[in-house]
Amino acid sequence: MIDPSIPPEPWLSNDDLWTMATAVLASVACGLVGCWLVLRRLSLLGDAISHAVLPGIAGAFLLTGTRDVLPMLAGATVIGIATAFISSALGRFGRVDRDAALGVTFTSLFALGVVMMSLAARQVDLDPGCVLYGLLEFVPFDTVDLLGAQVPRAAAWLGAALVIDVVLMVAFFKELRATSFDPAHAASLGVRVGIVHLGLMAAVAANTVVAFEAVGSILVVAMLVAPGATARLWTDRLVPMLWLAAAIAAAMAIVGYLAALELNTSAAGMIATMSMVGYLGSAGIVSARGALRRSASRASAVLTMPQPRSDRR
Amino acid sequence: MAELLRLLSLQDSSTRVVMLSTAGLAIAAAMVGSLAMLRRRALVGDAVAHASLPGICVAWFVAGDRSLAVLLLGAFVLGLACMATMALVQRFTKAREDATTAIAISGFFGLGIVLSRMIQNQPGGNRAGLDGFLFGKAASAVTSDAWLVLAVAGMVVAIVLALRKEFGLLCFDRDFAVGIGRPVHRLDGVLLVLVALVTVAGLPSVGVVLVVALLVIPPAAARCWSASLGSMLAVAAAIGAMSAIIGTGLSAVLPPPSGAVGGGWPTGPMIVLTAAVLFVLSLLLAPERGVLITMWRRHRGRAADSPIGSAG
Repeated sequence: MIDPSIPPEPWLSNDDLWTMATAVLASVACGLVGCWLVLRRLSLLGDAISHAVLPGIAGAFLLTGTRDVLPMLAGATVIGIATAFISSALGRFGRVDRDAALGVTFTSLFALGVVMMSLAARQVDLDPGCVLYGLLEFVPFDTVDLLGAQVPRAAAWLGAALVIDVVLMVAFFKELRATSFDPAHAASLGVRVGIVHLGLMAAVAANTVVAFEAVGSILVVAMLVAPGATARLWTDRLVPMLWLAAAIAAAMAIVGYLAALELNTSAAGMIATMSMVGYLGSAGIVSARGALRRSASRASAVLTMPQPRSDRR
Repeated sequence: MAELLRLLSLQDSSTRVVMLSTAGLAIAAAMVGSLAMLRRRALVGDAVAHASLPGICVAWFVAGDRSLAVLLLGAFVLGLACMATMALVQRFTKAREDATTAIAISGFFGLGIVLSRMIQNQPGGNRAGLDGFLFGKAASAVTSDAWLVLAVAGMVVAIVLALRKEFGLLCFDRDFAVGIGRPVHRLDGVLLVLVALVTVAGLPSVGVVLVVALLVIPPAAARCWSASLGSMLAVAAAIGAMSAIIGTGLSAVLPPPSGAVGGGWPTGPMIVLTAAVLFVLSLLLAPERGVLITMWRRHRGRAADSPIGSAG
């Protein structure tokens, strides 16, 4: 029997909306932090940290036996900072270039993490596969009570992370900008370049962990790097780049989530795919526009070229 | 322990083939990885590896036949497509290479997860075959698959050895190679194809996420020991083979941790951890550049400089 007083099921259920909101929060928080990685040419360090936090998470899990966020956050932040240190030390002592040093560090740590997780397998709950691609679909089933409303735990944490990110970014904007564009000059002005770098690494690790449960360790890389890199293609100015990156991050999360819903497939995977498509599409448009402008200016140069005067001869 | 000895002495014929193929693959990967590292392309293999996941899924959709060869062919094709895309972005935009690489790694992997979830949702589609590609499972490989991997590895090693001089020139003095008319672009292309080949061949045993370790860790360790390309290739190959054999052996022999429900010690990560240990040992113990010898020299130098040291 159909009860007319019950409205027809909306296109997006409440759970869907909450999941999408979580994805947007994760994407924007990671995207803003990631802008600074892109500007400092540290995108691959973001990739490395997001892999390397695994032993920190697994260690926290093995020690405490729970999936509480705080111990995992602490463990992962420590390992994340360690990754940055170890890889730069390897570059110095092992005389390998930065990429190779990163490759050695993150694969070793990730392997360690996977082995630790298989040891923890008796406590189930922690599955190496989910670590890679996250469980965005399960976000609405784990809620906390926030000001009287049932909010998904992941959304609450990600919202807090986003607020903290923005506050820190505004507070240390000058330092971040100076050290990103001209570290030597920043140092001469008395900015502690090393400390800023360390803080950024800590922020990357912390954001990775918070976003981790929802989107997994590999897909979080797309959220970190793609918005900033895409925005960077469109603008050369810092503040517009940050705004644009935030907008792109939110848009990709929404588009990816809806596409995944439509195709009944992994939302986190779809968001990463869409981020890449957006990046490649932007690269195509921007380079085509550049080519068009160049040929246009060449054409106008030909048209306005001073004609050789005949009386000169 | 007896089990380990039996395994390492290769008395069991199927274990022998599997171990041989993993070791052969590690040797090929170490040699190609050395060249890639010297060309500063160390992490290209990582992008290829992640792009191979959607490749495997596409092959699964397209081909009725789901043999390993077909799946790996799909992975290889998408790996090449990924490299071509990255090269195009690099060529036509001002985008930073590291950002492009990171996005390719993550984006292609995302696509792979999307496709594999769709396979899982299909009637009769079970992903059991695909899950093995994430972390690898050499211990349970089929003999015919092992021969396939071994054949690819042998071919790659043969190509590297045949083009050794050209690659050496490419890595150490590219301008000179251009000057004497060597086809450097084609050589770079060959190197990238070789990277794609070993990466894809490594998927069954080490898995998508960690296969790049075979390309990166043994060469990085070899760099501590060697001063010429020839010795670097040899040492890297030896370290790669040792990692593969010890890692596979350990994962097969170690008793599963008490109460673990899964397969116990995963093969791919064990191989990588073995390689990492060998790397750390190399870093510490290497005779010329090792950390210990450097510290000792520094200490001795300081002792000789100080008045007490010279008095003693």
